Amino acid sequence: MRIGIVCPYSWDVPGGVQFHIRDLAEYFIRLGHEVSVLAPADDDTPLPPYVVSAGRAVPVPYNGSVARLNFGFLSAARVRRWLHDGAFDVVHIHEPTSPSLGLLTCWAARGPMVATFHTSNPRSKAMIAAYSILQAALEKISARIAVSEYARRTLVEHLGGDAVVIPNGVDVDFFAKAEPRPEWQGDTIGFIGRIDEPRKGLPVLMKALPKILAARPQTRLLVAGRGDEKEAVASLPAELRSRVEFLGMISDEDKARFLRSLDLYIAPNTGGESFGIILVEAMSAGAPVLASDLDAFAQVLDGGAAGELFANEDADALAEAAVRLLQDPARRAELCERGSTHVRRFDWSTVGADILSVYETVTAGSAAVAAEDTPDSDGYGWGSGLRARLGLARD
Amino acid sequence: MTATLIWILVALVAIGLYLSWTAGRLDRLHARIDAARAALDAQLLRRASVAQELATSGVLDPAASIVLYEAAHAARQAEEEQREVAESELSQALRAVFAEREQVEAVRAAPGGEEAARELTEAVRRVPMARRFHNDAVGAARRLREHRKVRWFRLAGHAPFPMAFEMDDEPPAALADRAS
Repeated sequence: MRIGIVCPYSWDVPGGVQFHIRDLAEYFIRLGHEVSVLAPADDDTPLPPYVVSAGRAVPVPYNGSVARLNFGFLSAARVRRWLHDGAFDVVHIHEPTSPSLGLLTCWAARGPMVATFHTSNPRSKAMIAAYSILQAALEKISARIAVSEYARRTLVEHLGGDAVVIPNGVDVDFFAKAEPRPEWQGDTIGFIGRIDEPRKGLPVLMKALPKILAARPQTRLLVAGRGDEKEAVASLPAELRSRVEFLGMISDEDKARFLRSLDLYIAPNTGGESFGIILVEAMSAGAPVLASDLDAFAQVLDGGAAGELFANEDADALAEAAVRLLQDPARRAELCERGSTHVRRFDWSTVGADILSVYETVTAGSAAVAAEDTPDSDGYGWGSGLRARLGLARD
Repeated sequence: MTATLIWILVALVAIGLYLSWTAGRLDRLHARIDAARAALDAQLLRRASVAQELATSGVLDPAASIVLYEAAHAARQAEEEQREVAESELSQALRAVFAEREQVEAVRAAPGGEEAARELTEAVRRVPMARRFHNDAVGAARRLREHRKVRWFRLAGHAPFPMAFEMDDEPPAALADRAS
């Protein structure tokens, strides 16, 4: 099958959606499918052979922050060219509501299109204004995928229509087979995420830490992620600061070894999560998980059966649950075992097969994807699209 | 005077273009519904065929075989109006027969059973998918068709008002368990 995947965010900036697309593309290539990924990228970034650059993303203020987006005449032309050259059986668009490549592809293509909705943003002002434009583009999508039941609910409420739920994938064995590192073992609790991004919840964990250390003085907190380390420990009493170790950014291999070494992984995120891939990775590595009770997290943790939940932003509840788990090796072993069976459904072998099922469902009996109003495909030039709309063209 | 006429003309052309664009949108949605419906039919037929094959294979006990055969046969032969009911009954029969993991294991152990079990698992997973995509397309078309501009200018032409396909498509627990 010839598969075209559209990535809305810069390939050079690491992010959840980019990693998801990379793993998905590589999974399909291993199965023998032809895959091409269209993504924004600087011209001098080294790209894997299956990625086609759609040009540099432009930073513009959008939706309250500065987003790097691709739009305008040149990008639209590159999208058309990619569609035309690729002759795909199916095009898979990620995050089609962001005003970037996804939306441009929706406009430019006709034929079987699949879209994955990753985030569950509340409806923005811009989206209300652009609703009718967006609707006309989105209704060309033949199959919608939401990454969680929570993301699906937001999609149904804000855009109407329906979607199937297929979770994000993880290479479970990569984490399960990683080698623990001795210096990260022995009464360690771990956190991965941007240090200076409050939504990742490190401040909540810092608030809970004195209580955890009061009950378990030998505990160490290991933090992996970018950000200002001094500022992060500023709220902590000086004598406790030595119990926190910052590892900075870590590679994928180290991340797996890190998660394998921990006694407890803590995800204190306070919001803005639509899935929670890190929890799946932690469970794959056999780390017991303690997470805030966000909708998305509760779903990934099977309602609390595969990992423990605490009341969101409640540092006392976090401390109490962490101490209880650290003192109870039997319960941790139980969570670890339940976690490892539970994560099989997030393995690429399951998730990839499900996504392929979606492709096969929408391509059955349909023609391949083509660029709409392609100027040279029928020899009539640009006017033919207009003529077709006015009902003058006959084919 | 001439200027006014020109403006009126421009406005009329603009409205015409807009209506023609909307008609194009609607046409595309109807085509999408047709494709989705064909895909749904294919998946339903596939599910009924696999169920019927299993029922006649002798792997299942006689009672289960009869229940499954009846339901699969009825689903394949159903008239359009009874289709939703018959397909729902096939879902119920599949759930009853494959309620336990042991039954699935028994099918897998039989010669050629591994493949039959895989086909059935795939079929009960794809039917709800295809149905959701179909009803999503139907919903989008209905929303557009209820709009004033479409009703006043009869942009939908003679195309029948699209209907959702409603049925019970809950897969059997032993087959739906993604952890296995």
